[in-house]
This record gives sequence, structure tokens and C-alpha cells, in this order.
Amino acid sequence: MDFDLPKEAKLVRRAVREFAESVVAPLVDEMEQTGEFPPQLIKQMGDLGVLGLVTAPEYGGSNLGYLARTVAVEEVSRVSAAAGISLQVHHMGAAAIGEFGSERQKAKYLPALCRGDSLGTCAITEPTGGSDLLGMTSTARPTSDGYVLNGRKCFITNCHLSDAVVTVAKTGEGPKGISAFIVEKGTAGFCAGRHERKMGLRGSDTGEITFKDCLVSREHIVGNEGDGMTIALKTISEVGRSGMAATALGILQACYDEAVKFAKDRTLYGRPIAQLQAIQWQVADIYADLEASRLLCYRAAWLKDMGRDSATEATLAKTYVTEAAVRAAKKAVEIHGGCGTMLEYPVQRYFRDAMVCISAGGTSEIGKLVISRAALS
Amino acid sequence: MEHLHIVVCMKPVPDPKKWGKLKLDPETMLLRRGDVPAIINPLDRQAIEQALILRDQHGGTVTLLTMAPPDAEDQASEALAMGCDAAYLLSDPAFAGADTLATARVLAAAIRKLDAKLVFCGAYSADGSTAQVGPQVAELLGVPDFVQVVALEVRNDVVRARCEAHDGETVYESDLPVVATFSRNANVPRLPTMRGIMQASRAGIVRWTAADLDLRADASGLKGSPTQMLNVFTPPSSRKGEILQGTPNEVASRLLARLREQRLI
Repeated sequence: MDFDLPKEAKLVRRAVREFAESVVAPLVDEMEQTGEFPPQLIKQMGDLGVLGLVTAPEYGGSNLGYLARTVAVEEVSRVSAAAGISLQVHHMGAAAIGEFGSERQKAKYLPALCRGDSLGTCAITEPTGGSDLLGMTSTARPTSDGYVLNGRKCFITNCHLSDAVVTVAKTGEGPKGISAFIVEKGTAGFCAGRHERKMGLRGSDTGEITFKDCLVSREHIVGNEGDGMTIALKTISEVGRSGMAATALGILQACYDEAVKFAKDRTLYGRPIAQLQAIQWQVADIYADLEASRLLCYRAAWLKDMGRDSATEATLAKTYVTEAAVRAAKKAVEIHGGCGTMLEYPVQRYFRDAMVCISAGGTSEIGKLVISRAALS
Repeated sequence: MEHLHIVVCMKPVPDPKKWGKLKLDPETMLLRRGDVPAIINPLDRQAIEQALILRDQHGGTVTLLTMAPPDAEDQASEALAMGCDAAYLLSDPAFAGADTLATARVLAAAIRKLDAKLVFCGAYSADGSTAQVGPQVAELLGVPDFVQVVALEVRNDVVRARCEAHDGETVYESDLPVVATFSRNANVPRLPTMRGIMQASRAGIVRWTAADLDLRADASGLKGSPTQMLNVFTPPSSRKGEILQGTPNEVASRLLARLREQRLI
């Protein structure tokens, strides 16, 4: 067993860390204030190449794979989890097209997504819920030359930043009655509407998409009619959940970094609080969670890179790491005492960000449902 | 202009962000480098960036050259990912323990073999800070050297460089070939891109040992090093405080007098 990262992933870490610290960090305050994603960051991420990490070189990507992508999302999220989730959801859009799209769709959409002309996304969740796919109400009615989409999608990350949205709607009944489509911004009847205001991950774009008699041609269907359930489930579980796990891993690392820094600096009773057992135990808990989380994240990504089934492992990683990030953030805030609740200190942001990660990509309860199936099988 | 071949010399150094963890080996008086991860010497990244800029302007080839232990492959790969066309790792137990002159001899021998018209280095390394290797390489190759370069251009085989001087800048010109060492103010080095990392993983790193170089056996490594280190120690440092008393005006005059007395102003 080799627990060392491959050479490429180490280089990705070094490059993305420097990018995050020099380019993303100065944007964080404004993202917190406005709740908006800085549009220039899309092109900058495109130039760095992180938008094309899971896209084949012939479509403008590097295809360094999911382990490298995990490291990249982790490093961006260590500085800004809001930028991290935006990046990881972009990968969902790119992966759905890359894995299930036609040659024509890949050639049309992927190079632009890699360059950073816009961000990718998957619009699946509806007001009735995200995990109950069969309960969706959006419809795609076949016509002679395509499909007419009607319905409403909510809590969609990158909603206003995406030129081409991968979405799902009902073309029939049951699991084979769901189909996936690529809908371009500007199509008549497509509307990226309401901007959500969130407690955390502020600066990631979240909103609502409505389809009102939105006509798309047959060229916009992803895979075949009826493939939507498979496409959505595979993309959410293998790409989205491993991406949320990586986002939370970045938060965990940031919690650890800040907790240790503060514990070594802050003096109480004439010595740094890091010498108090009460603090040492808190730091040990954060550290243990960080180490366990990293292994879970990397294993899920590695399985995906090996072409093996990773849905359960990615869900396990997502469920464990997002919960661990909340635990770590709470402890990091507590180690900071009163300072931890002040907006000048980043730990309060980590706590708010970690809380939002819990429900994104499926709640912990949905996660446990998946994990228990594997555990009891 | 003929094909421009630029060799950039690179030294892996312990990551300055982690210097707090660096220790000296009490026996050998050498840094225990294994304790801290290595990075490309920051000023060498300036040299790489300048080489890549010139190549993008004029075409040509950028070759990275490093004399280092085998694990310097990571830094060589990073340079390839930044955009260097080739990387050579000069690694041999015979090179170990080299001072600046013995290092410069090995680099110069490799540069002769690579037949480069321009040689770029960082002005100094973050760990040793001697600033000697670049000029020594130039001396051994018998070519002019520009040090502390902040800007450099090549036109019709003539190199023109702006160099930081004590109280400003000096502009030099020379025919090729030239050795130039770059200041921290030269440019903002690019980050490796993900596609660069993908391409770097496909490009191989060429390994040369002493046998590949035209070099006398006693010219490199500890044997070839005239510098003998007698001792390395951390100088004692202490702080003391003094509170000046009086009205603000009196305190200001006393402070001024004390600063002058200490020749601080």
C-alpha cells in the first residue's frame, strides 16, 4: 500500500495552494459581504487549469483525475469553501457531459468549460427535495423536433454563472422515466432567477432555475431517453459527494491550521493555551478527524480513478467529513474563546461553511441510508 | 536570430515557510534537509520565468539544470510543469559536499555539453545566500555575467539587461553568450498549470552522473571544494528595553540623542 500522493497530485497541491493564497484569499472578504461569486475568478481558474481536471485533453482538460481534483478542491476550500464548492459543482457539470454526453456535445461544451468561459453545473434538486429523484415534478414532453421542459429547480450552485446547465426532467414514469438534458442559457423559457442568501458558503452562487415551455432540440438530450436517473445518481454520488467531501476537508484543514496557530499564540496563566490539556484534547480531536477524513476522501477519489465503483465510498466520505468539519469548526471556535465569534477571525466562517456542507449533495441521513445498505449487505 | 537555447540552473532549498523546523546536524554541521520539504529556490523561479518569457517571444528551448540528490526530481518536474522543455538532474555521490566552486564546475561542465547561449540563475539561494554560483559559472565558461537582473531582452544576439545596483540600476549590453542571475524584483513567476503538470508527467527527466561530464575526479564534491567549514553556530541574541522619562519634548530629544549615539540614524 502506498499512502504517498502521486507526483502529479503533489504538484497540483503546490500550484493550487499558491493560487488559492494569492488569488482567492484577497476576494474572501467581499464574497462574505456580498454573497456573490467574483466573476473574474472563473477565467483565472480556467487559466490555471483546475476547471479541466476531470476532462480529457482532447476537449481542453488535463484529465489529471479525481485524486488530483480532490486535492485541488481541498486546497481552494482551505482558503474559501465557497470557491471550493463552486469548483466542485463545475466538475459535476463537466463530468456529466464528459461521461455521458455525445461526441458532439463534448466537443461543443467541454472546451468552453475548461477555459472558464462559464462554470458548469447540474440542476437536479427541486422544491420537493433533492434526494427523492422519483418525486421530481419537472417534465420534458417529447415533440416532433425535441422536448418541451417545464418545472422548477432550486438550490442550484453556479446557477447564474453557467452557460450550459445539465438538468433532469420526467419523460415518463418510474426510474426509466427520467431523462437528462443540456439547456443553454438564453434558450426561450429558461430562467435563472432568485439568488439565495445562505448562512455559509457565502460567495458561492446559489439560485433557482425555471423552465417554462422551454424547447430544446433532440441534440440536447444526454445519453438516451430514460438515462437521466443513472446520470443524476452517478454524477451526484461519485462526483458531487466526493467533491463536497473535498470541500469539507479543506474547511477541516483550515480549522486545524487556525486552531493550532491561535493555541500557540494565545497566552493564559503565563503560557500558551496549547500547553493546557483542555486545549490539547480539542486539537487532538480536530487532528484525528482531519487525518481520517483525508484518507476517506482520497480513497473514494482513487477508486473513481481506477474505474471502480465509488458511490458508497464517496457517500461515506461526504457524510463523515462534512460532519467532522462541523465538529472541528465548533472546537476551533471554542479554542478561540470570544475571539472565535468575531467576524475578524475566520473560524466563525468555517463553522457556517461546514454547516452548509451537511445538506449539500444529500444530508447526513441520506448518507447513512446509503452507508447502511453497504454495511448490512 | 539563431535558435535560442537557455539553460536555467535551479537549486532545491528547504521551504522557507518551514525553516522553524530546520536543524543543524551537530556532527557534520550541515543542515538536516530531510526534515523540511524542498522547493525550487524562489529566485530560480524568477530565472525560469524570464527564460519562458524569452522563449515565448523568440522561440527556442528552455532546459532546466539542477545538481542535487535524486529526490530533486519533484522540483525538476515542477519546472517542467511551469513550461520548461527539458530537465537534467545531475546527481552523483561524487558531487556531495560541494562548495560553490565545486558546484559551479559541475554546472559549467553540463552547460558546455548542453551548448547553451544563455544561462540563467537566481541571484542567490534562499538557504546559502552566497550569490557566488552564477558568477563562478560565468567565469568557468569564460563569458560575461550580469547579476541582480530585473529586466532582460535579447535582440539580434545582443543581450541588454537592467541590473539592480547599490543606488539605482545599471544597464549592460553584451553579445551572446551570457550568464544572468535574477533579482526577486525581476517578474512574477507563473504557476504550473494543470495541463503543464500533465505534460510534465509525460516528459522524462534526464539523469547525468559524473561519468557523463568532462570533469576531473577531484574537481567536484567535497574533494573539489576549497572552502572548509570550521564551525556553524547560532549567534546569541538578546533584547533589552529602556524607558525614557520626561516630557514628550525631552523624551524625543533623548531618543534622538540615543539613536545618534548608537549610529542608528
